Amino acid sequence: MLVLGPIGFAAPWVLAALLALPILWWVLRAVPPAPLRRRFPGVALLLGLTDEEVETDRTPWWPLLLRTLAIAALIVAFAGPVLNPRTERGASGPLVILLDASWASAQDWALRMGRVGEALDQAAADDRPVSIILATDAPQDTPSFLAPRAWRPQLAGFAPAPFAPDYAATETALAQIEGGFETLWLSDGLDHDGRGDMLDTLEARGAVAVFENPRNILAVGATQVTPEGVEVTARRATATGAQEITLVARGPDPAGIERDLARLDTAFEAGETSLTAALEMPPEIRNRVTRFEIDGQRHAAATRLTDDSLKRREIGLVTARESREGLELLSQLHYIRAAFEGKADLISGALSDLIAANPDVMVLADVAQLSGGEAADLIEWTNAGGVLLRFAGPRLAASDVSRGDEDPMMPVRLRAGGRTIGGAMSWGEPKALRSFAETSPFYGLTVPDDVTVSAQVLAQPDPDLAARVIATLADGTPLVTRKPVGTGQVVLFHVTANAEWSTLPLSELFVSMLDRLALASGRVTLEEADLAGQVLQPLRLLDGFGALTDAGNRAPIEGADFLDATASRATPPGLYQGTEVSLALNVLGPQDTLAPANWPSGTAIVGSTAGQERPLLPHLLLAALALLAIDLIASLVLSGRLTGPRAAAAPVIALAALVTLAPNQSRAQDIDAAFALAATDEVALAHVLTGDTELDDLAYSGLVGLSRILTQRTSVEPVPPIGVDLETDELGFFPLLYWPVSVDQPTPSAEAYARLNAYLRTGGTILFDTRDADIAAFGSATPTGTKLQQLAAPLDIPPLEEIPADHVLTRTFYLLQDFPGRHTGGPLWVEAASTEVQSVEGMPFRNLNDNVTPVVIGGNDWASAWAMDRRGNYLRPVGRGFNGERQREIAYRFGVNLMMYVLTGNYKSDQVHVPALLDRLGQ
Amino acid sequence: MTSDAASIRPHAALRASGEALAAPWPALQAEAEHLARTLLIGGHGRRQSGRGDEFWQYRNAQAGDAARDIDWRRSGRSDAHFVREKEWQAAQSVHLWVDGSAAMQFTSDKDLTPKSVRAGLLAMALSVLLMKGGERVALASLGTPPRTGSLQLTRIAEGLSKVGEGDYGLPDAGGFLPQSRAVFISDFLGPVEALEEAIATCAARGIKGVLFQILDPAEEAFPYQGRTIFTSMGGGLVHETLRAGDLRDRYLDRLATRKERLAHLAREAGWRYDCHHTDASAQSALLWLYQAVEGTG
Repeated sequence: MLVLGPIGFAAPWVLAALLALPILWWVLRAVPPAPLRRRFPGVALLLGLTDEEVETDRTPWWPLLLRTLAIAALIVAFAGPVLNPRTERGASGPLVILLDASWASAQDWALRMGRVGEALDQAAADDRPVSIILATDAPQDTPSFLAPRAWRPQLAGFAPAPFAPDYAATETALAQIEGGFETLWLSDGLDHDGRGDMLDTLEARGAVAVFENPRNILAVGATQVTPEGVEVTARRATATGAQEITLVARGPDPAGIERDLARLDTAFEAGETSLTAALEMPPEIRNRVTRFEIDGQRHAAATRLTDDSLKRREIGLVTARESREGLELLSQLHYIRAAFEGKADLISGALSDLIAANPDVMVLADVAQLSGGEAADLIEWTNAGGVLLRFAGPRLAASDVSRGDEDPMMPVRLRAGGRTIGGAMSWGEPKALRSFAETSPFYGLTVPDDVTVSAQVLAQPDPDLAARVIATLADGTPLVTRKPVGTGQVVLFHVTANAEWSTLPLSELFVSMLDRLALASGRVTLEEADLAGQVLQPLRLLDGFGALTDAGNRAPIEGADFLDATASRATPPGLYQGTEVSLALNVLGPQDTLAPANWPSGTAIVGSTAGQERPLLPHLLLAALALLAIDLIASLVLSGRLTGPRAAAAPVIALAALVTLAPNQSRAQDIDAAFALAATDEVALAHVLTGDTELDDLAYSGLVGLSRILTQRTSVEPVPPIGVDLETDELGFFPLLYWPVSVDQPTPSAEAYARLNAYLRTGGTILFDTRDADIAAFGSATPTGTKLQQLAAPLDIPPLEEIPADHVLTRTFYLLQDFPGRHTGGPLWVEAASTEVQSVEGMPFRNLNDNVTPVVIGGNDWASAWAMDRRGNYLRPVGRGFNGERQREIAYRFGVNLMMYVLTGNYKSDQVHVPALLDRLGQ
Repeated sequence: MTSDAASIRPHAALRASGEALAAPWPALQAEAEHLARTLLIGGHGRRQSGRGDEFWQYRNAQAGDAARDIDWRRSGRSDAHFVREKEWQAAQSVHLWVDGSAAMQFTSDKDLTPKSVRAGLLAMALSVLLMKGGERVALASLGTPPRTGSLQLTRIAEGLSKVGEGDYGLPDAGGFLPQSRAVFISDFLGPVEALEEAIATCAARGIKGVLFQILDPAEEAFPYQGRTIFTSMGGGLVHETLRAGDLRDRYLDRLATRKERLAHLAREAGWRYDCHHTDASAQSALLWLYQAVEGTG
């Protein structure tokens, strides 16, 4: 390849033909344009006339120039010019393409694959065998060298891994290659361990070219919970100038839909590689955050998964009245407070107040008797997932609680009195603890020798006692018992919470035990001991691009290994499920920083800034064609063949032809834009095109009629309705989709369903009309009803209920009791209201401030009742006589209400509160 | 089958060629009739009493009138006797010479009719008109005496559809009847001497007439450029130029001179001259022709 400046020629010898150009010039110049033979009767009058000027029997200079340029363009074109040619090093022999393929390559993965493709092309041209090695997935055996063509189809299968490259394994693999090889190393730009050694190893075998994309790599570092929210650390590889980033906290909203829960625009200061930003979030929102991201970054380290560590539990502390005020160390709750201090929000107070606060854990220290109301509340709270932690004490020992029958709030029945060991009045020594059984949540904790129990309450040996014991004394007496209640549990320590009955509260073990128990509802800090003996099952794993995928059947990880684990092939980052806690393993550890790769001087760095290799052949051919086209017209003009109106038209046609030839892009966008404009210029009603022409026409006419009524009666003035093709059209522009169900309708594709679901989740409403309310009574399955089930099965539809009398739809514009269309009396189904909202005596409506229902399902054939032609004549009969007209009017009113409902949401429902609000404002 | 096919084929071929041959005549005749009808307004009497079919006037019977001339129905309504006189309808002979040479086949644009077609159409329509007016018409190229009637029309149509020989037509006034009328239709681009001779012959016999020149628009505009070899339609004349555009002015000068000469020729002989272009309306040309032929009487 001959390279001249930025242009290279694949076949430079063709350029020799340029030497022939002067000859061509001379020949063309010597030959005048061929004469035109023309029959003309007036020739009799011409006889004897001579030309005044006899000079131009030669071609004028400018067509000559045009032709010469055109030929020159052709010659140059066939010499294979390439802009920004990749200059090969002209080497032969095996080539190793080494990809770091870590998360840091994910952001520009396509660029890297393109670079690999180019390298393959070049290797194919040079006939070199190639081996492609991913440093994150180094082969176990000898890397295979294949023809470049054989690698092509595999390129699409390569993906970046969500962890750092493993250079040691890669070196092992490379060591198995015999002989030398050249290397193209696509580095991810970060300084990973062993990179220098790797470079040395490679250079020992042959030339190494390193490809780097000069781009700063951003990552999310550790997160820290603060009282105001969460502090997020962001890191970048190179300390360049100030750089703005947006941190996003994502998680499910109360409805379970993934949303941005918080966003924060912040910036790296110039010269800094890390920043710490505080996202302010109330605890309720903070507890819902599942991941932090840097907006616009698409790789695994720009996503930080959160586990239970973000959640700060609330712990309610309840004790019986303290008789000895001021004696801190003897307080029942002192050691519990100390154990949880700084790890959880502690609240104390009356039991009824605490239950209202809905804490995660409730500690009852020597509280024996609960009032009936308190017990009921407590049971309900435990059923909902609360952990009730009870401690024994003199009061419990003295009371009759759980004596004859098992108390629902006690794990076991208790024997009267309890026992005292090793006291002045008893035989025996204080008992030590037996090490924990495997089934115990405390399994793995080491029992200190100095923990002794001198007094305790005793459990009745009931049949299910053994299953409920989670800690015993050395003699097998139950020390801690537990029973599940609903989704929560009740745990009883058979000793006091202070050091009166045992030394347990004084020991470190006590803290660990409480932590383990508290894990059931949340996690405070994690230590190796906490996870010892546990097995963590991967739930969902990050891929290199930062997307969560299902973990499938991956092997679980030993809990003990987990804390030290960094993201690697064996322990990929993701969410892991322990016995009682879910844990996240992230790409960057808390202390990890990013450092740019520094290559020793002399390393050949191949950037991507040089520009893409671009063949110029088509452009030059086009230029030659254009020149010849101009020459054609010019020749016609010169020789007098182009006369009259054709003369004016010819250049226009030539220009149009050239424009058509010219590389032409982006026309589909115009169509999309036109559709978007038509749909969003004003509100437009839309119906789903079912493929049944008659039905589609009817639906259209129906929406025309409804649009007309809306324009006449309300401030909603819709433009003509739009038929929506689910497969191709954007749905987001329409507040309401009318979907008449037809039996013959084809089921939409998976993509269409995905967009329909997105539409429903983002506030769209679909009105399904089975049009069969006349025959569908009493739950009989109609063909369209069955079809509707089929169509709606993949849709994300919440639980439905028949529309309640106080639904907002009954009063958004008109007050309505029923919703007839052409049929009357068919039921109307909407999203079920929350069951928690009870109707209040004296209030006509429940306080339902939920979302707009995503679907409204009925069978009353509204389109038929609404249908109008262009002049406003009704197209379909409804009912008989005045009653029929009334029914049609109500049908229109339903349409108006529905439109108001989807446009204004629960505005009318909120209106109920206006008097209260005005009152509060003091008016 | 074979014998059937063989017997059918010559028959069919004969018929096909016959139809092709006959095709222009009815079309030309029909078109000419159609064109002529636009000008037929009524009888073409001589505005004086004489022999004819049309009623002219009643006059009082005078001595010498035959009794059978008296119109008794009119006379019965009054005391006097009336004679019914009819309009004099004298027949005139009109000779048509239509240039059928190769030059007349020229057309500069496919949307325009060739000059010969326009000439034939005008000649035919004029014949129809004149025959309706009671005149006798003859086509010079046929050599037949002037006659009237549909058979003569058919003959004229046949004669018009023939393409003459030579690049340019030479008028032939040899067979023209004395005191008749003559109509010369041509582009008159050929040698003008033959025309002068013909007109001289006519003038000697007391024949009055019309010179009607038909030209293509291209012949008036000369819209040619560049290196061109001009040939006559028959290929007999050739003129080569390197820059046709330069010749335009001089060509137009010569054309104007030719027209002037034709007009002068006509004036001297008491004839009338007009120039018609094939892109103009045939009807106005026919109107002019008819009035010129009628008016010269």
